[in-house]
Amino acid sequence: MPITKALETHIDHISILDEHGSFDEALGKDLIPDEDLLKLYQHMVICRKLDEIAFKLQRSGRMGTFPQNMGQEATSLGAAYMLDDTDWMVTCYRENCGLFWRGLPMEKILQHWMGDERGNQIDREHYCTPIAVPIGTQMLHATGLAWGAKYRGESQIACTFFGDGATSEGDFHEAMNFAANLDIPVVFFCQNNQWAISVPTSIQCSAPTVAQRGMAYGVECLQCDGNDIFAVAWCMKKAIDSARNHNRPVFIEAVTYRLGDHTTADDARRYRDDEEVALWQSRDPLKRMRAFLEGKGMWNDAQQVELDEHAEATVTAAVERAESIETPSRDDIFNWTFADIPEQIATQRDTMRTTSIGQDPSQIASEQATTKA
Amino acid sequence: MANLTLVQAINLALVQEMEKDERVMILGEDVGLNGGVFRVTEGLFNRFGGDRVIDTPLAESGIIGTSIGLAMSGQRPVPEIQFEGFLGPAYDQICSHAARMRTRTRSAFTVPMTIRVPVGGGIHAPELHSDSPEAIYAHQPGLKVVMPASPYDAKGLLISAIRDPDPVIFFEPKRIYRAFREEVPEDEYTVPIGKARTVCEGEELTIVSWGASVVQCMQAIERSNDSIELIDLRTIYPIDMDAIEASVKKTGRCVIVHEAPRTSGFGAEIATQIMERCFLHLEAPIQRVAGFDTIMPYYKLETEYLPDADRIEKAINEIRAY
Repeated sequence: MPITKALETHIDHISILDEHGSFDEALGKDLIPDEDLLKLYQHMVICRKLDEIAFKLQRSGRMGTFPQNMGQEATSLGAAYMLDDTDWMVTCYRENCGLFWRGLPMEKILQHWMGDERGNQIDREHYCTPIAVPIGTQMLHATGLAWGAKYRGESQIACTFFGDGATSEGDFHEAMNFAANLDIPVVFFCQNNQWAISVPTSIQCSAPTVAQRGMAYGVECLQCDGNDIFAVAWCMKKAIDSARNHNRPVFIEAVTYRLGDHTTADDARRYRDDEEVALWQSRDPLKRMRAFLEGKGMWNDAQQVELDEHAEATVTAAVERAESIETPSRDDIFNWTFADIPEQIATQRDTMRTTSIGQDPSQIASEQATTKA
Repeated sequence: MANLTLVQAINLALVQEMEKDERVMILGEDVGLNGGVFRVTEGLFNRFGGDRVIDTPLAESGIIGTSIGLAMSGQRPVPEIQFEGFLGPAYDQICSHAARMRTRTRSAFTVPMTIRVPVGGGIHAPELHSDSPEAIYAHQPGLKVVMPASPYDAKGLLISAIRDPDPVIFFEPKRIYRAFREEVPEDEYTVPIGKARTVCEGEELTIVSWGASVVQCMQAIERSNDSIELIDLRTIYPIDMDAIEASVKKTGRCVIVHEAPRTSGFGAEIATQIMERCFLHLEAPIQRVAGFDTIMPYYKLETEYLPDADRIEKAINEIRAY
């Protein structure tokens, strides 16, 4: 018998606006209206300003560990821009730009990193799940959320975000497998930012693309320039159609770069070259967008100065709001464990003790006796 | 009223809750046409269809992770993990997400999910099909852990679990899935989570147990001439310490019986709380008749490992003689 091909396939790479300013009219025309382009650019600048100010807050002891998002603004923003407002965004922690576009108040993200759970107390109307910390677990939640909507006959879909490192986690594969085999409308959006703290993508995936991981599950796969918001939008448009109209999941690998450290607790100079960072700085999605807008006569230096001031004021105001929120009540440690707080937890709350004598009012007398002795 | 096995009682609870509440969905491995490897979900696929009784890919973390998403979206998922030995892959989703979701979002998101899991030894099963991990999950804040020991309680507790606003792990002692029958009302009723059941009353000694071991406790009690009170915990967490305290203050002696290994087993928590609450009432050291601190043996030796009526009887005699 001759050897035949069991599978022959390819993965499309999408680039519309490259770092040299070339724009593919055929793909990019009518994708994003000009007035929206301005808003998107302004939004990215504000988000970048948050990184700058948050870094200073951490260094001056006003905030805990913070993961900067810089360099990756176009990915989640392009996705959020294309999604409906009622589609779920199930994120990790480098999707601030998309979350803010969705209307999530900036102080919520600040509050989270300032050590206050109320930062995760997100109104349902935003359709954003709280930041997922364990890496690579939230794709299953996205799959369940989209599944629930499909079960109820709603047109809502879910888009879940994660990094290249997360594609090594088992839950990533389980989520793709569930969504593909049970026809669940999920967009899997990988921000391949080249680094999982200090470990390069090559240790996570030795195949030519991360995107092809989806192929194993029968999921349509696309790769795009993640610093090109047009390319992200193009892929999302295709993926949203597939999910919403055909219940078929899509996997998008957006190739981008983490310009900052992993978090404020990290120092990326320990493990990566200055030349590599410089190369990716030249591909910065903000620079690219600004040059594009300037080339179209839609943007100038004076507007930039004004925008920078607006961004500073916007972030500063959000920081003030976040810092003015009173420390949560001590009782909050206990009060959210269950809908109905079990008696023993309530006693721990009311006495702030775990010792039995201290917890039992009938034994207080003997405690006083001990104190006197 | 029908005379039902524990399996049938659980099946009845699932049928009634699915009829009552369209949000209830069952998902897991082999739960569909096959009706589950223990036939607990028998007939549900044909009755409610493949949209509500779903055979999933073979992936425990996936089953629980997607159930969390379903619950967050407003459904009432009842995922099945086929055996307790396969809870491990789902541990991260259970403890890192389901248990914490309400706390970390201050109730913006909650996970009303009931994880059904056959538990324990005694059915000559292969390895990793006979463990008793209830203490592991009782230790995780944010989870309720339930283990019925009778068909009546199984139905009532499962209905409570499905309606509970928080995640519940519902352990089903597989040794008594079909060991005996009991009158189970057709009508809807609930058994509250967090309340123990006094199986029989006595004056001289308290036995606290749960799950399949309750049967062995009754055998030991029937052999004994002592007046023994047996408490079936029914819910591991939140524990009904008031019931235990009242009994031990009356009897002054307590034997705790469970299949799980002794060290850090849930009996340790109960013994500590008895000591805290009943210190001056105790006539003898609290005794634990438990699984040994070993790996659960293959089935040729499992009856040596599991607490049986003989071991319980010895403990009764020793604590009475103390």
